[in-house]
Amino acid sequence: MTMTEKILARHAGRTSVAAGDNIWVDVDILMTHDVCGPGTIGIFHKQFGPKAKVWDREKVVIIPDHYIFTNDQHAHRNIDLLREFVKEQELPYYYDVGTDKYKGVCHIALPEEGHTRPGEVLFGTDSHTCTAGAFGEFATGIGNTDAAFIMGTGKLWVKVPETMRFEFEGSLPPYLMAKDLILHIIGDIGVDGATYRAMEFAGDGVMSLSIEERMTLCNMVIEAGGKNGVIPTDAVTENFVKSKTSKPYQPVSDDRDARFHSVRRYKTADLQPTVAKPHSPDNRGTAVECRGIKLDRAYIGSCTGGKLNDFVAAAKILKGQQVKAETYIVPATTEVARALLTTMLDGETLVQIFQKAGAKLSQGASCAACLGGPSDTFGRLNKSEVCISTTNRNFPGRMGSKTAQVYLASPYTVAASAVTGEITDPREFL
Amino acid sequence: MQDVIKGKAYVLGHNIDTDQIIPAKHLVYSLSDPEESKKYGTYALSGLPDAAAGLPTGNTKFVPEGEYRSAYRILVAGKNFGCGSSREHAPAALQIAGVEAVVAESYARIFYRNAVDGGFLLPFEAEESLITEIQTGDELEINIPASTLQNLTRHKTYHLRSLGDVLVIVKAGGIFAYARATGMLKA
Repeated sequence: MTMTEKILARHAGRTSVAAGDNIWVDVDILMTHDVCGPGTIGIFHKQFGPKAKVWDREKVVIIPDHYIFTNDQHAHRNIDLLREFVKEQELPYYYDVGTDKYKGVCHIALPEEGHTRPGEVLFGTDSHTCTAGAFGEFATGIGNTDAAFIMGTGKLWVKVPETMRFEFEGSLPPYLMAKDLILHIIGDIGVDGATYRAMEFAGDGVMSLSIEERMTLCNMVIEAGGKNGVIPTDAVTENFVKSKTSKPYQPVSDDRDARFHSVRRYKTADLQPTVAKPHSPDNRGTAVECRGIKLDRAYIGSCTGGKLNDFVAAAKILKGQQVKAETYIVPATTEVARALLTTMLDGETLVQIFQKAGAKLSQGASCAACLGGPSDTFGRLNKSEVCISTTNRNFPGRMGSKTAQVYLASPYTVAASAVTGEITDPREFL
Repeated sequence: MQDVIKGKAYVLGHNIDTDQIIPAKHLVYSLSDPEESKKYGTYALSGLPDAAAGLPTGNTKFVPEGEYRSAYRILVAGKNFGCGSSREHAPAALQIAGVEAVVAESYARIFYRNAVDGGFLLPFEAEESLITEIQTGDELEINIPASTLQNLTRHKTYHLRSLGDVLVIVKAGGIFAYARATGMLKA
């Protein structure tokens, strides 16, 4: 069996499963947030009764992160609905807005708080829940109805996916990031190239990546239609997980005779800094090919590109420079935001580097303009702007106005492009 | 489950993502309050670029300004319909606007699952590309037991794929009804 098959078999109480089987699995963690939490709670109460209790308080994690820094009153009401539910259910894992516990973007908050563990099954009401596959677990996004079903029963039906394996040979050259690898793959297989399938990443190129970079790879499997992304568990995974939680877990690995839908092999040295052009994540180009495309804005943030390593990469290029395109900096979580104040690069903190370069820093950690959001959202594209972004999607209207144009790229490429005001290969600065 | 779905077609292209089905800024309204949830009908498919709104001509409003019900009952779409986010607001918005079925070449899996498990609408797959065969405004009739789609305006009939594994959930009316019918949940 593949890793994904083994995890699902174990959670279905079976010795084996095969791709295509429909099974009921036991859920280890259910995560929801402010956009889909209220709807999930509504269905939960309607179906299980007004006095119903969640199946396991320890396994429900609620992380408000989408519409936080806005004056939209409906958005505020949704946070209040989460608070009421958490109180009613006495849930221990809630990261409330306006308190010291507030975290920000759920997919980065989950591992920081020790909720991602090898061999487990994680469902979340957000398509980028697949990010957690970086920790060697099965993780995927679901809707409100499925989430409400899990809340009451701890179970969900799953069709066991076939696995597409992607092997990278050779550690990354200094101008490439995991974002380039995943944009390259999506360009190869298309935005529906992995529909109904798992995407497994392996090879020494992948295993040499930091945990944050592995998260970037798994984060965007949904942009290829994938059900889940997964990376084998090694010392990097275990060191991270053990630093965040003392809960026991059981890693899995592929059997020697595991059957894959397909295996694709890449040499990392052959790849270029990669860009997804408007209006689709599979509309691939290289930064060099896009040279000369003028930009109004650069955006660094989100579950895809708003982790500490993403800002360290951007700072390497922005240090001592002035941005020509308006540049927005949005840390994914409060932990990342704090680290921007303390992480030094050649005698300056990252915040100092960004401020001196003329970038705008958000007032707090959240999903912000990655998905547009309410009209007053920090960094939202409200006109026909052209933007280069470290985020994950560029379908029409994703970051706000449907007349805006969004290019997706790595933090290196976004930072280099911010400095010149047009799309630029980061090798010009590194 | 009814046997026949009849209504006007609204035709869309490939990769219609959930932001085009219901833009993120509208995801703040209640889905359980019947009055407030009408907003989702009002803004259904409002994220489509004008040129893509109702093929082949485009520039065709899906829901009239200020209303929440659409004149179109059946969406005809290309590949990967409903890609993008996991928001269940997407199939819900289409249902609130009056959509009963989608006939697409293929679906993104979370949208498909949400449509089926929430019992919002019927996601059929066509055996061939229909987005250039059918025009927005054509009168269509889906015969569910026969798995056919008839274009009453152009007098043509097409075959639809079987709903396969999910037929039992679709017939029950969603995952809760299915789980109760099969004894997994108490009735």
